[in-house]
Amino acid sequence: MFDTILFVAFPYVAVAVAVVGGLLRYFKDRFSFSSQSSEFLEKRELFWGSVPWHYGVVIILTAHLLAFLFPDAWGALVANPVRLYALEITGLALALMTIVGLVMLIVRRVQRPRINAVTTWLDWVLLVALLAQVVLGFWVALAYRWGSDWYVRTAVPWLRSLVVLQPNIQFVTALPWVVKLHMLGGFVLVALFPFTRLVHVFTVPVTYLWRPYQVVIWNRRPGPAGRRV
Amino acid sequence: MDIRAQVSMVFHLDKCIGCHTCSLACKNIWTDRKGAEYMWWNNVETKPGTGYPTLWEDQEKYKGGWEVVNEGGKPRARLKLQGRFGALANIFYNPYLPSVDDYYEPWTYDYANLLDAPEGDDQPTARAVSQITGKYIDTIEAGPNWDDDLGGSTIYAANDPNLAGLNEAERAELAELQRVVFFYLPRICNHCLNAGCVAACPAGAIYKRGEDGIVLISQEKCRGWRMCISGCPYKKTYYNWHTGKSEKCILCFPRLESGQPPACFHSCVGRIRYLGVLLYDADRIEEAISVPNQELVEAQRSIIQDPFDPKIIQAARDGGVSDAMLDAAQKSPVYKFVKLWKLALPLHAEFRTLPMLFYVPPMLPVLARVTGDGNYEVAGAADHSLAPLLSSLDRARVPLRYMANLFAAGNEEVVREVYRKLFAVRLHSRSQQVGDVPADEVQRALEIGKTTPEEAGAIFRLTARPTYQERFLVPPLHREEAIEQTISPYKERSETGFGFLETPERRW
Ligand code: HEM
Ligand code: SF4
Repeated sequence: MFDTILFVAFPYVAVAVAVVGGLLRYFKDRFSFSSQSSEFLEKRELFWGSVPWHYGVVIILTAHLLAFLFPDAWGALVANPVRLYALEITGLALALMTIVGLVMLIVRRVQRPRINAVTTWLDWVLLVALLAQVVLGFWVALAYRWGSDWYVRTAVPWLRSLVVLQPNIQFVTALPWVVKLHMLGGFVLVALFPFTRLVHVFTVPVTYLWRPYQVVIWNRRPGPAGRRV
Repeated sequence: MDIRAQVSMVFHLDKCIGCHTCSLACKNIWTDRKGAEYMWWNNVETKPGTGYPTLWEDQEKYKGGWEVVNEGGKPRARLKLQGRFGALANIFYNPYLPSVDDYYEPWTYDYANLLDAPEGDDQPTARAVSQITGKYIDTIEAGPNWDDDLGGSTIYAANDPNLAGLNEAERAELAELQRVVFFYLPRICNHCLNAGCVAACPAGAIYKRGEDGIVLISQEKCRGWRMCISGCPYKKTYYNWHTGKSEKCILCFPRLESGQPPACFHSCVGRIRYLGVLLYDADRIEEAISVPNQELVEAQRSIIQDPFDPKIIQAARDGGVSDAMLDAAQKSPVYKFVKLWKLALPLHAEFRTLPMLFYVPPMLPVLARVTGDGNYEVAGAADHSLAPLLSSLDRARVPLRYMANLFAAGNEEVVREVYRKLFAVRLHSRSQQVGDVPADEVQRALEIGKTTPEEAGAIFRLTARPTYQERFLVPPLHREEAIEQTISPYKERSETGFGFLETPERRW
């Protein structure tokens, strides 16, 4: 029963909160969508925090996502021990990067009065939750080797069962508690997403790669259509 | 041909008295709020000087504007900051972002202490308090106009990037105490045709209004990626550290839409500011920014079109330029200064953003010199002829090279032409008003200045005695018609015209 609440009910609630909350915030308070960059107030420490943190977390999250979307291909990829080694070592290094970066960001927020001045309590909640999550992740990777292999046989089937609305928690109930905490932590972050600056992740400006440099907006332009820019 | 209209500006630097009224008018209306205290959408800096933010003109430091690269034998302009992939790679940390210390840390004073301090032996003081951290600041390191009127000139004026190309003797002469010389450079957003901020914004949040060319940042689309601050070579977009959004001069569009000039224009004590419409050919922007430095000013002039030419009028109408706008373009004082008379020049054309704020360079006190006995010797002061004026071009107290670096992308000839015409106007006017200049001198001045008595007279009138209506030709922008699509005009009427009515503060 308890497991059902944690691994079925909670994920659904978290996703529902994220979707409803995210949409509400997007349509009711779009002004609040921002990275809330603090680089203007402090640059040097931000560099040593933000760069390792983001490169680490973005790549690791992408790997989680890829294995979830293409479990067969992923399984084939890690079937070869050399590739598995390479992947795990890269993963550990990236995890270390995220931890170092995030600790740097947190220390900076504590220590620099200017950064402190632009920090809300939700920022603290988010930073602590993220730190817990990446530390747990690192712990899992160290203590329960070859996660890139067993992930596709435990977490992925469980997550997929949630997606198709036929929850099946037998894949995860027997896992060690550290692993379980890491999984739940993921959904805590999902639930936090609409209330924090995490919304910036969903507005990544990829359109910059192809949009025309100059943007011109007309209220009314008679004449030939399609000459908006 | 794609003819568009642009609300454009001229600042006549000879008339600026450096009173900062413009800056305060702007501050009181737009930036007197949290996160924006340090912003001066309009600022007036002393030249020579390093400006605001410090050294903003140094694009090796800030990477603003465009540079021309050779692509398969063809010149192509690209952002100096980064390419498109670079923008995404650098998004977690922008190496070229100025920090608050490049401007100054905004502060107020602990005034309450003056009233509330307990009785004691000493007078209470009001200590400086940072407006960012709320903590006391012991030593204020910098502030608005820290180098005003050459304050700290050995640090500030001496490091002015425009001194590039001046020799030691010229630099020493500029700094000589008894004959120091400076002028004011009021700056607002240039509402460029090829804006660097617009191009650098990853989110596409910055846009130019098609009808009038005003460049704005959508506060709803801005995500705080803070690339525009770097992309604008004039450092006229600012990061609001409280809201996490970038902001900039909006050319007081709510005022323009109700027929008034922007607040800085309206309040200008020296009456140095002119506002009017220019027509330009948007299809030729690419071409105009790809020419070598020496030709930039002429290239920019060449895309500005004659509002009386029937072909241009027809093309403008086809492109949706309203008749009212065309009418304004024909009466525009900016058109006269920039295109007809060729007196007003873009600031730092080499940034290649095609700025639409133009400057008439100042005719400096050119000749005075302190002699051995400590007296001011004003060579040729009584001589109201052409010779002393002309000679000043070769031994001006501010070398021509300096002015060329500011206003002509280094092309001295362009600035020289402007000065020759200004001299001609001066002599011509003097001959008219005072009558002590020989007729042949005036004739020669007009020839050298490539002008006519009629033109010189017109320049004199628009420079010295323009009426309010002649200075500000605010075109009817007809936003009330445009707004109908999105909101009932009756509702909009009660909303002071801003549309966006959210408090600019961080809520999450
Ligand atoms: C590719 C996607 C992402 C982009 C473009 C991005 C961009 C940014 C930017 C520009 C900042 C502001 C940095 C500054 O202060 O100047 C930021 C901060 C932050 N980002 Fe991201 N981010 C991305 C993904 C993520 C992800 C996946 C997470 C976490 C799951 C994350 C968590 C954070 C946090 C916690 C901060 C605040 C750091 C601080 O304490 O100052 N970001 N991000
Ligand atoms: S108000 Fe006019 S005269 Fe005074 S500083 Fe500003 S531009 Fe110069």
